[in-house]
This record gives sequence, C-alpha cells and structure tokens, in this order.
Amino acid sequence: MDFNLILNQSITQGLGIQAVIFALAAIGLNVHFGYTGLLNFGQAGFLAVAAYGLGVTVTTLGLSFWLGLFVGLAATVVFALLLGIPTLRLRADYLAIVTIAAAEIIRLTARSVTLRDIFGGSDGLNRFANDFYALNPFDEGLAAGPLTFSRNDLFVVVVGWTLVAFSCLIVFLSMRSPWGRVLKGIREDEEAVRSLGKNVYSYKLQALVLGGVLGCLGGFVFSVSSQSVQPDNYGTDLTFFAWAALILGGAARVLGPVLGSIIFWFLLVFFDVLLAEAVRSGLITFIDGTQVGQIRFWILGLSLMLLMIFRPQGILGDKRELAFDVK
Amino acid sequence: MITQSRQRSLSLLTIAVSLLAALSIVFAIPSHAEDGAISGTMNDPEGNPVVGVVFNVSNAEGFNETTESGTDGSWSVAVPGSGSYTVALDVGTLPEGITLTNPDRATLTVTLLSNQKTVQFPTGEGSTGGESTLDRLLQLTVDGLVFGLVIALAGVGLSMIFGTTGLTNFAHGELVTFGAIATLILNNFFELPFVLAAAGAMLISGLFGALQDKVLWLQLRRKGVSLIAMLVVSIGLGIFLRYVYLFFLGGSTRQFNSFSGQAGIAIGPVDITPKIIIGSAVAILAILITLLWLGFSRTGKASRAIADNPALASASGINVERVINVVWTVGAALAGLAGVLYALSIGVSWLMGFQILLLVFAAVILGGLGTTVGALVGALIVGVLIQVSTLFIPTELKVVGALLIMIVILLVRPQGLLGRSERVG
Repeated sequence: MDFNLILNQSITQGLGIQAVIFALAAIGLNVHFGYTGLLNFGQAGFLAVAAYGLGVTVTTLGLSFWLGLFVGLAATVVFALLLGIPTLRLRADYLAIVTIAAAEIIRLTARSVTLRDIFGGSDGLNRFANDFYALNPFDEGLAAGPLTFSRNDLFVVVVGWTLVAFSCLIVFLSMRSPWGRVLKGIREDEEAVRSLGKNVYSYKLQALVLGGVLGCLGGFVFSVSSQSVQPDNYGTDLTFFAWAALILGGAARVLGPVLGSIIFWFLLVFFDVLLAEAVRSGLITFIDGTQVGQIRFWILGLSLMLLMIFRPQGILGDKRELAFDVK
Repeated sequence: MITQSRQRSLSLLTIAVSLLAALSIVFAIPSHAEDGAISGTMNDPEGNPVVGVVFNVSNAEGFNETTESGTDGSWSVAVPGSGSYTVALDVGTLPEGITLTNPDRATLTVTLLSNQKTVQFPTGEGSTGGESTLDRLLQLTVDGLVFGLVIALAGVGLSMIFGTTGLTNFAHGELVTFGAIATLILNNFFELPFVLAAAGAMLISGLFGALQDKVLWLQLRRKGVSLIAMLVVSIGLGIFLRYVYLFFLGGSTRQFNSFSGQAGIAIGPVDITPKIIIGSAVAILAILITLLWLGFSRTGKASRAIADNPALASASGINVERVINVVWTVGAALAGLAGVLYALSIGVSWLMGFQILLLVFAAVILGGLGTTVGALVGALIVGVLIQVSTLFIPTELKVVGALLIMIVILLVRPQGLLGRSERVG
C-alpha cells in the first residue's frame, strides 16, 4: 500500500481533466436546476452534441478545428431549442423523462451502424484536435508536489480551468442581473412571475440554452483531451455524475458545482485507487480488478440518495433556495 | 401490533440478506486470466445467443488460438499479454439466416491494453428469402405484443406507484432485473423447476418492493421529502442496485437452465417458442387479475381513492400507508414477472431492466401517467410499434423511434390516450 501514490493520484485527478469536465457540465445544470428549477437529466446529450459537432466537422468533413468549435456550439443551441420547445410547458417530472430520453436518442443515433460514415459508429471519431495542441505554449509537463500532468494534459487543464472560471463569471453576472432574478422567480413561483407579465416559457428556454452552452464546453474539453468522441462515454452515467457533483457542492451557488466536482472526483479516485492498491497488495481478496471499477458507481448511487435525503443543499447551498416542488 | 410489523420487516430483511448471500455464492466465481483474455458474446439481433461460431485469435508473434461460442453465446481466448491481435470470425460457421451487420468487419484488429478486451460482432437478419412482407409484419406484430406485455407488466406497477404516491420511480427497471435474477438463482443454483422458480421470484420481488417501501420510501414520505427530491433518490437507488447486480452477476448474459435452447414452433407464418406462449398467457392473466383487483377489491378501491385524494382517503378511514405498501408489493411483483418473461427471450443481464425503463416510461406516458388500463394499452402499442418499425428503419434505431413518439405525444396530448386532461404543464 503506497499511500503517497494514492493521495497524489487523487489530488491530480481531483484537479485534472475529469474534474474540469464535470465542473462545466454541473455549472450548466446549475443554471437549469439550481437557478431555474428545470429538471434536466439529459446533460450528457448537450456534451455529446458539442463533441460530435466538433468531431464531424474536423474528421468527417475535413474542415478546420476552429470552425468545428463553432459548429459544436451552434449544434448545442439548436439541440436546446429542439428539446425545450416541446417540453418546457410540461411538469418537472415529465421534463426529466424527456431530457433523459433525448440524450439517449443522441447516443443511440451516433453509435448506429447505419450512420457509421458520419459518426463513426460505436468507435466514434478520432484525432481532430491537432490544431489545438499545436498552440500548446508549455515545453514540458508539470510535476509539482502531488500534481503530475503530461505536456498536453497540462495545456488542457489550464484551458479547462480558465473556461470554468469564465463560466462562473457568466453565471455570477447573469444571475445578479434582472434577467437572473426572473429565473429565480420562476423557480420559486412560476405563476407569480407569469402574473407580472413575464413570458415564463421564453425565459425557461433561454435558461435551457445558456445552461446547455456552458455544459457543452465540458463536451469540448472531454473530446479534445482524449482526441476522440465515443458515443458510450456520453451515456446517462455522465449526467448522473454531474448531478451528484452539483448537489454535493450546492445548487444555486456560483461555486457550488466547481467545489462539488473537485471533491466528488477526488473521493471517487481516492476510493478507486485505494481499493485497487488493496487488491493488488493482497489485503482484499474477495474482489478482483474489474469489480473495483464498479464500486465507484455504488458510491455515486449512495451519495446521490444520501445527499438528497439528509443534505439536499449540499456544502454551500441554502435549503430555502431549492426547487424541489413539482410545478 | 407494532412488534408484529417489526417482526415482519425483520423477516423481510432476513430474506433479502440471504438472497444477497446466495447471489454472492453463485456469482463469486473467480475469473483467473493470468495474462489476458479476448472475449465476446455472439447474439442474434433479438439477443438470443448464437452457438458454435468459430473464432480465431492470432498475432504477429505467432500466437494462434481457435475457439467457438458456447451455449450462452460467449467465447473467450486467453492471450499471452498486451499487444495487437487479429480476431477473425469464421463467417461459414454462422447459422442460417444470421449475418454480420457489416460483412467487412468479420476480421478485426484489436489492441489489448489491460487484461480484458471485449470484441463484439453485431449481427443482422439474414436475407429473408421467400418471406413476404405480410408474413414479416405478422411475425413482428406477435413479437411486439410479447414485448409489449413485458413493458405492460412493468408499466402497470410503475403507474400504480405513481398514482398513489406521486413518485416517478427511476429505479423501477431494477425491480424488473431483480425478478429475472431471483429466477436465475432459484432455477440454476437451487435447481427448482422453472415454474416454481418463477413463482418464487415473483414472491421475492413483491417482498423486495414491500421492504423498499418500508425502509426507504415510507420514511421519506414521513420526513416530508418532496417528490422531486424522491425522484433523484430513485435515480441514486437505481444506479446503486444496477452496479450491485453487475458486481455479483458479472457483465455477461446468462440463460435459465430450463428451456434455454427451446425450439420454436410455426403457427402459420409466425415462429414462436412454447415458453413464450405460456409466459405471455401468465402475463395476461396477471394483468387481468391486477385490473380486477384494482376495480373490485377493497384494497384496490382504496388505492384508487388514495390516487384521487390522499387526505380525503385518510379521513374516510383508509389506512393510507398500508395500502401504499400493498401497492408497492403488487407493483414490484408485476415488475419481477416482467423480468422473468423478458429474460425468457433475451437472457438475464444486469442492465436489462434499465434498458427498457425509458420504453416503460414511454408506454405509461402514451397511455396516461397514473391510469392502469392506459399503461396496458400504451405498452402494447409501444411494443408492436417498436418491432414493426424495423420493417422501415434499421433494427438498432427502433428504440429511437419509440422515444421520439413519446416526445411527440407529450407535445400534442400530454395527458396520454386515456389520461384525464388535467394540467400537466
């Protein structure tokens, strides 16, 4: 058992690319759920649409990376509108079902053999971010204290956390504006806002688009960091991880999702590596290496349940600010 | 009275614990792959295992090994270590009527990084030859009705629970899987005859539902946890249960000992196995009994009263929590039966319930959330639609079609076909 290794790996990953991806996805969810009260269980769909927008533009069509980013962004906005127009008039639990279904539609379509020539089937698309890595200003990787990043990872991590900071700034500014106050009003009492002459439906749609666009940055980071987009990486589990991070950190707080992602990812990796080490060194003999990877989903499921029951406001949140009534 | 109910929950707990213990005995088979293994499972488009397909695994260093898929369709080759391997499927050994979806991919090059690598060869329907479109349509309709019954069994329970408690239960799929796994244990490990195993599984599923309500949902209702928070709790519970199943069951698909290779019989142009005919008959019977129970029994009527107005029901002397517990028991038992029926056609896997959960939602929404007859009608429509749609769209996209229809229904008639037109938006 090498506790140094376990701790170093956990810290590196807790501040690494995965944490960035979940932070961005959760910031988007925070706009949806934390501020507006929309139950979006299809956040993975937004990330997938952005990643495939990028991948298809560069790999399938052979166009430039920067155009790909734009296409991914535009595709996310279109997806949000397509999803929002039929569903935002519905009650919250219906919205949950439809969003999770929409994300699955995206995934199943992308992995289909019929559309293999466009989306690459279950293998997905590869090597579309060379233009991005060509800009890498770092000459070598980082090995400072517990943190170890390769040269390319360091670039992605720096850009990623910059995006997170930028997203937090957007959320902070927009939520203290009159526009943001209307969103919070919708969360608290939709009818009251409607009676003030606001178009609730339109505000909800705008919130869905904004949260989707912030989340889609996570899709870019995900696909660029691995230079690949694979359909099964964008399954329902991705959405649930982002939800767990959001609730852990505290919904309706600007920094809640960021803190939540870092802590949640740190804990997941910590238990993962701890168990893997314990298995390797023979301390635990009743499970094998593959089963270790499944334990993290026990943690995910249990933490979602327990947080929701005992501390729905998470670390930073305020219980009075939670949109937990069916409207 | 209190001690009695405590004793009951205690005995439920004992059953659950012993079941888990049995699970771990059955599935804690150590998988010793010293260096590594390349494996996969051959299934036909319906998910049935394809037996006796020959695979050859080789690499540039002269490693060369041949194997064939076993009775559950799985195959595995132990390989010396990581590196690049060529996996070739002998197309000549595929049974009549089954072809690879992409014939160019009969030989694949895979890179083994960790110890395990799963390689899948997706199959499609072979050339249908002399079969006319009408015959295909009939066959698909029958297949669809059978699948619809699976969805209906799960949907009726989901709808009943939603009706009485307002909970949108995202962990309902795991009740379906639970029924299938319980049958697998009783049939394969305790070697009970299949009928007994299935009945026992239904019973255990019902107890599991009752226990779940007592231990979790009742407490949350007492605590005043809101419905949305409960929805998230059900998602968490679903994830947890799924990965507990995976942990003990492993990733492969298992077949029941009984009837695993039963031959189909032809009724006119329709090919169907006897086990499916009998299973469907039982399913229809179970649904009818449930509908009669809801319509005419005291508890059934009480559950509908609670669905209408819990406070009023409670004021008129109905023991609301007891009725809800019965509803959970019945709903979970029906879901368990759905699992048994579904496993008869596709085998038992850890993800089987979650895979149909969205279709169950689609069916329930189509029929009208909270209406029991609606769930039945919606399920049969969704089942038939999914199967028949494969005449026009690729098989792999059939689920996408059903989900799209659900969204359209919500757009034009959100209360569903049989739902009351109350405000849902």
